[in-house]
Amino acid sequence: MWRDTVLVAGKDLRIELRSRVVMHQVVPVGVLVLVLFAFALGPDRAPMAKAAPGLFWVAVLFASVLAVQRSFAVEASDGARDGLRLSGLDPAGVFLGKSAAVAVQLVVLEVVLTAGVVVLYGSHIRSYGSIIVAGLAGTAGLAAAGTLYGALAAGLRVRETLLPFLFLPVAAPVLLAGTRAWQVALGTAGNVGNVGSAGSAGDPWVRLLLVFAAVYLALGVVIFGPLQEAS
Amino acid sequence: MNPTDTEVTPWSPTATWVVRGLGMAAAVAVAATVWLGLWVTPPDQAQHNLVRLVYVHPPIAWVALYLAFGVAAASSVLWLWPRTRSRFWDRLAVSAVEVGTVFTALTLITGSIWGRPTWGVWWAWDARLTSTALLLVLLLGYLAVRRVPADPDSRARRSAVVALVAAVDVPIVHFSVDWWHTLHQGATVLNANLSPTIHGSMAWTLLLGFVAFTLLFAWMLAIRYRIEVLSERLLDSELDVALHERWAEGTGPVAGEPGGALASTGRRA
Repeated sequence: MWRDTVLVAGKDLRIELRSRVVMHQVVPVGVLVLVLFAFALGPDRAPMAKAAPGLFWVAVLFASVLAVQRSFAVEASDGARDGLRLSGLDPAGVFLGKSAAVAVQLVVLEVVLTAGVVVLYGSHIRSYGSIIVAGLAGTAGLAAAGTLYGALAAGLRVRETLLPFLFLPVAAPVLLAGTRAWQVALGTAGNVGNVGSAGSAGDPWVRLLLVFAAVYLALGVVIFGPLQEAS
Repeated sequence: MNPTDTEVTPWSPTATWVVRGLGMAAAVAVAATVWLGLWVTPPDQAQHNLVRLVYVHPPIAWVALYLAFGVAAASSVLWLWPRTRSRFWDRLAVSAVEVGTVFTALTLITGSIWGRPTWGVWWAWDARLTSTALLLVLLLGYLAVRRVPADPDSRARRSAVVALVAAVDVPIVHFSVDWWHTLHQGATVLNANLSPTIHGSMAWTLLLGFVAFTLLFAWMLAIRYRIEVLSERLLDSELDVALHERWAEGTGPVAGEPGGALASTGRRA
C-alpha cells in the first residue's frame, strides 16, 4: 500500500512539475481571491486584518476544489482512469497517493497565501508553530475529503458543478476550525477564552482538524476500492 | 406498444393494507395533534399562542435529524456491505433521504417562524440552526448525485458513498459548530424555549405529536419506496419500447432495399 502511495503521488507530482497547471493557475487564483476580498472589505486595513484568518481559509477551500478537479482531470484523458484501475495498485494506495499529491500542492499554495495575507492584509504571525500545525492538519483533511469526492465525481458529465456542491459543505468544519486556530495564532481572536495553549495538540481546534483528517483518510482507505468500481 | 405488462403495486396485498393502515393512522394522529394543539391545550404564560409550535417543531426535527438520517445512513452501509447488498437498501436510502430533506426543510421553516417573534430574528447563527442548515445542504448534495444519469448499480454505489461521507461529517459539524458558537457568544438562546414544567395536556399533545410525525414519516417512506420501484419499472419498459422501435426501424427497409438488413445489423453491432 505504501509503495503504491509513493508511486501514485510521484506520478501526480511529476505531471504537475511538467505542466505547472496548479502552480500557474490555481495558486494565482488563490491570491486573486485574497485581492478580491480586499476590494470587498474596502481600503481600510483594520477589518482586513481582523478577517484575515477566515479569508485565508476560504481562499484555500476554493483553491482546493480547483486542485482536486485538476488532480482528476489528469486521469480523464487517454483512458488513464481505467489504466489506474487495471494497474493492480492497491485502491487504498491510489487514494493516499492522490491525496498526498493534492496535499503537497495545497501546502505550496498555503505558503504563498500566508505571505499574501501578511503582505496584503498586514497580519502579524505570533506563533509560527501553531499556524504550521493547523495548516498541515487542515490540508490533510481537505486533501482526503476532496480526493474522495473527486473520485466520486470523476467521469460524470456534471463533475465541475457537482464537486463544489458536495465538497464545500463537508469541508465546512475545516474552515471553522482552521479559522479559529489561525485567529489565535495571528492574535485577532479577541476573547477566545480558555482554548488551551495555541498550536499544541491540546488546542481543541487543532484537535478537531486532526480528527477530521484522520476520519477522512481512514474512510478513504476503506471506501476507495468500491468507489473506483462505480465510475 | 407495451412489451411488459407492468403491475402497478409492487407489494403483496397484505403489505398494501399495512401501508394503507399506516397512512390512516398517521392522518388520524396528525388530525388529533392539530385538534389538541390548537383548541384543547392552554396558551403558555410567557409565549402565549406561540407555544403551540412546540407540538410541531420538535417532532419534525426528531424525524428529520434522527429517524430519516439514521435510516439513510444505515441502509447505505447495508448496501455497501457485500453480504447484505440488495436493491432494497438502495431504494430505502433514497426514500429516506428525500423524505428527510422535506422534514429538514420543514424544521428550518417552522423554527424560523418560531424564531421571528420569540428571538426577533428569522435566523440566528445558533449552533443547532447552523448544523441543521449544513445537514440540509448535504442531503441536497445526495439528491443531486442521485439525479446524475448512470446505471443503477454505480448510481447506488456512488450515492451510498455520499451518504456515508455525509454521515461521518455530521458529528464533526455538530462539534465544530457547537464550539464555534459557544466560543463566539455567551449563552445559548434555545434554553429559554422549553419551560421545564409543562402542563399535563401539553405534555400529552407533544408526545402525540412525536407519534404522529413518526407515523407520517413511515407512511411517506413506504410511498416513496413504491414510487422508486415503479419509476425503475417505467424506465425499464421505456427502454424496451425504445429498443423495439429501433429494431423496427432497422428491419423496416429490408423488404425494399437489398442493403437495408446489412446496414441495420452493422448499426446494431
